This record gives sequence, structure tokens and C-alpha cells, in this order.
Amino acid sequence: MKHNALIHDPEDDVAVLVTDLKAGEAASAVTLDGQPVTTVTLVEDIPLGHKVALRDLAAGKSLIKYGRNIGRVSQNVKAGAHVHTHNVKTERWQK
Amino acid sequence: MAEKLTLTGYRRENGRVGVRNHVAILPLDDLSNAAALGVANLIRGTLALPHPYGRLQFGEDLELTFRTLIGTGRNPNIAAVVVIGIEPNWTDRVVEGIARTGKPVAGFSIERYGDLKTIEMASRKAKEFTQWASEKQREPIELKDLWVSAKCGESDTTLGLITNPAIGRVLERMIDAGATAFFGETSEVTGGEDVIAAQCATPEVRAAFIKTFNDYQDFITGTGADLLGSQPTQGNIRGGLSTIEEKAMGNIQKMGRNKVVGVLGPAEAPSRAGGLWFMDSSSAAAEMVTLCMAGGSVLHFFTTGQGNIIGNPVIPVMKICGNPLTVSTMPEHVDVDISDMLKLEMTLDQAADKIMAMMARNINGRLTDAEALRHDEFVLTKLYRSA
Repeated sequence: MKHNALIHDPEDDVAVLVTDLKAGEAASAVTLDGQPVTTVTLVEDIPLGHKVALRDLAAGKSLIKYGRNIGRVSQNVKAGAHVHTHNVKTERWQK
Repeated sequence: MAEKLTLTGYRRENGRVGVRNHVAILPLDDLSNAAALGVANLIRGTLALPHPYGRLQFGEDLELTFRTLIGTGRNPNIAAVVVIGIEPNWTDRVVEGIARTGKPVAGFSIERYGDLKTIEMASRKAKEFTQWASEKQREPIELKDLWVSAKCGESDTTLGLITNPAIGRVLERMIDAGATAFFGETSEVTGGEDVIAAQCATPEVRAAFIKTFNDYQDFITGTGADLLGSQPTQGNIRGGLSTIEEKAMGNIQKMGRNKVVGVLGPAEAPSRAGGLWFMDSSSAAAEMVTLCMAGGSVLHFFTTGQGNIIGNPVIPVMKICGNPLTVSTMPEHVDVDISDMLKLEMTLDQAADKIMAMMARNINGRLTDAEALRHDEFVLTKLYRSA
């Protein structure tokens, strides 16, 4: 199956969709080298360029993209869910 | 690269190479915009650069304004300059700074003459300059002659995946060939600053970068505000970027594997040619591109995801985009479409080839989309309020 999501690093928690996908559709995620990593079924609609969780993510953990921490998960996230500003927060500039 | 690029440009009196041949009408201050526009309306081939500042500034803010105006006049894309100010002293300071390049420059001040006599005198000089410049010929140039800059805007996740890595590859090739390149955006590298520090060429450069970065963070803290809500921008969030750390990691892909050879103040020109330089600068597109232009960049690579439309009057700003939605909905703003990379139907090197082929066309005279659409954003950076 052709990919519809890209992953920076095989360890990443999220993949970036390269097309709009609907709930129930499968996101097939590959690295930029084209190596298949995983497939996850979306639990909600997610637009092109937005991130899908590749596994369940517990509130409080670091969100890994580019193989490194890019923020903190602020509420529990199901595999296949949209990961964005509603459930991940920056760890910079916090008072 | 498949084949050697054929490049042409204008070799200036000080040895620098430009890719455009403008005669600039440069107002020193806001009051002189009308006279500058008056001259540009009368004389074909002149370029007025109106802006809103230059009165009662002081300290580092004043120095930055002078550095930007002088640097603009010195830019090798400009063949000759007419400077117009309200009074002679500050006007002469800008004229003298530009004259050190050896290019023709003349200053006019409005007090004791009024706008109309000033426009007449300045127009006679502008006519002389533009006719002189019109006989300048392009000659063959090489990549090592080029000073370029790179910045992204209306960023989204496609920049970190494909578009900024593609520019990183372009800058690797150009710098290997001897070119000079600037990047910056001090606030926007927050969350990736350790990566830049690790790519600094020497401990001294690393210390200078870390100081610049920390000074900016301290400045923000000192205002009592933070950048949450401004970084990432609403456009970034619409495009899928969730945090500044995520945005920064995308931004800094533009470095490629290049070492950072030096740190520049805003609008500061490098002390020597060659290598990748970090310029302390805002992420606001028009301000940052103007600072790079004033530092000597002759062409800007602008990567965008959601569709930033910025340009600059002095240097061609070429847009590179990898978001298929943006490419299809606002194609008049996209010089190079590399969205096939998202489908993994175009490699990084193929994207770099495509970008450099368009770069060569733009250098050789093709108007970029921003130039054709009159995106002439000349925006000075102001550090604090005037006296």
C-alpha cells in the first residue's frame, strides 16, 4: 500500500499526514527513505500536514518527533488520534 | 549536480556581485518619502524605498537604522543611489557610508529648498545615474560570488519534512563552492538552539551564538510578556505545527550540514566571504529579509508551507513550497514546487537541482513571483520607541 504519512525518525510518537484522512481510514507511515514503520487507524478526521498518534500517549510524557522532545503531552491520547495544540504543549516560555 | 549552472551578474566597484541593477532613491526618514516617490515617478528605472522611520531614534536603535539604510545602499543589486533626507547631517552620514563601496551616490536635503526644488535637483542626478546604470552589462559569475539568505514563513510541517532540508542541501552545495549565506530568526530557533550550537565551527562562534540567543530570551522575559500565542503563529497552527520546539526543529533544517562560521548583528555584513552565518533577527518575514539584504544578500530563498507572499524591492525573493494544497490554491506565489517529495517521488538532490535551476534563472534576470507581483516590502527593524 502506498504511504500517506511520513515519519522523521523511527522512534517518533507521531507521523505527519501527506493527505487529508477521515476517521476509520488507515494512515500508513513510512520514513523519508520510504521504509515502512507502522500503520494506524484514525479515530478522527485529520487534515494534511497534521500529526497522528502512532501509539497511545499518556499525559505528562514528552512528545517525540525528529527523534527528540518537542513538547509535553497534556492529556491522554489514543493511537490514531489527532495530536495538536489541544493535547500537546510547549515546554518553553512557561512561567 | 547534473550540470554546471550558467550565471551572470553585475560586478560592482568593490568586487561584490549583484544580480539586479537598480538605481535606488533612498529616503533617510519618513518625511522624505514623498520626495523620493516624486523622483521615482519622474525618472524611469529608479526604485524608491519608502519607510516609516528615521526621526528621533537613538542609541542602538538609531545605529541599526543607519546600518540598514547604508547597507541597503551598499547592496550590490543597486548600481547607484540618491539619498534624500530632511536635513544634511544624517543624510550625509548615509551618503558617506554608501560611497565607501565606490558606487555613485548623491545626497539631497529638503530644508531650505522644499520638496519641489529637491525633487528637481534629485531627479537630475537620478536621471544621470539611471542612464549610466542602463549601460552596465551582465558578465559571467560563479557561485562563490553570491551572497544569499534563507528564511521560512507561514511554516507548517512540510517545511521540516522536505522544504527546509532541500534548502539545506542547496546551501551545502553553494557553500562548498565558496558562496556566503545567512540564516537567523533568533526567537524561532527556540527548541533547536542546541542543534545550531553543535554546528558552530569554533567555540568562539558557539559562545557568540549562545549569547545572542540568551540575550533575546532575556529581552522577552524583561518585557514581562512571553511569546506564547505569537510563536507558533496562527498560520503555523493551521498548518499542523503545535509547539515552538516543533517549529524550530523544522526551521533549522535549512542549515543542512553546514558549519556556522560566524554570528552577525542585525543588518551586519560578514567580515569575510564564504560560509553560513547566523544573523540576529526577527522571524517577521519582511523585517528579516530586509536585514539580510542590508547585510549584503543578493537573493533570498524563502520556503513556505501555508503560503507567505513576501518580497523585497532590492533582492529577488524566491518561494519554494512543498505543500500541495498551497501550490494548487496560490500558484502565483510559488516559484518552485517540490511537493512531489511528499509522495517520495522526488529525492532531496532532485529537489535541490530544481531549486538551483530556478535560482539560476532568477539570477540571470527572470522576475520572481514576488517581483512580478510588486511585493516590495522594505521594512526596517525598530528596537524600541523613539525619543
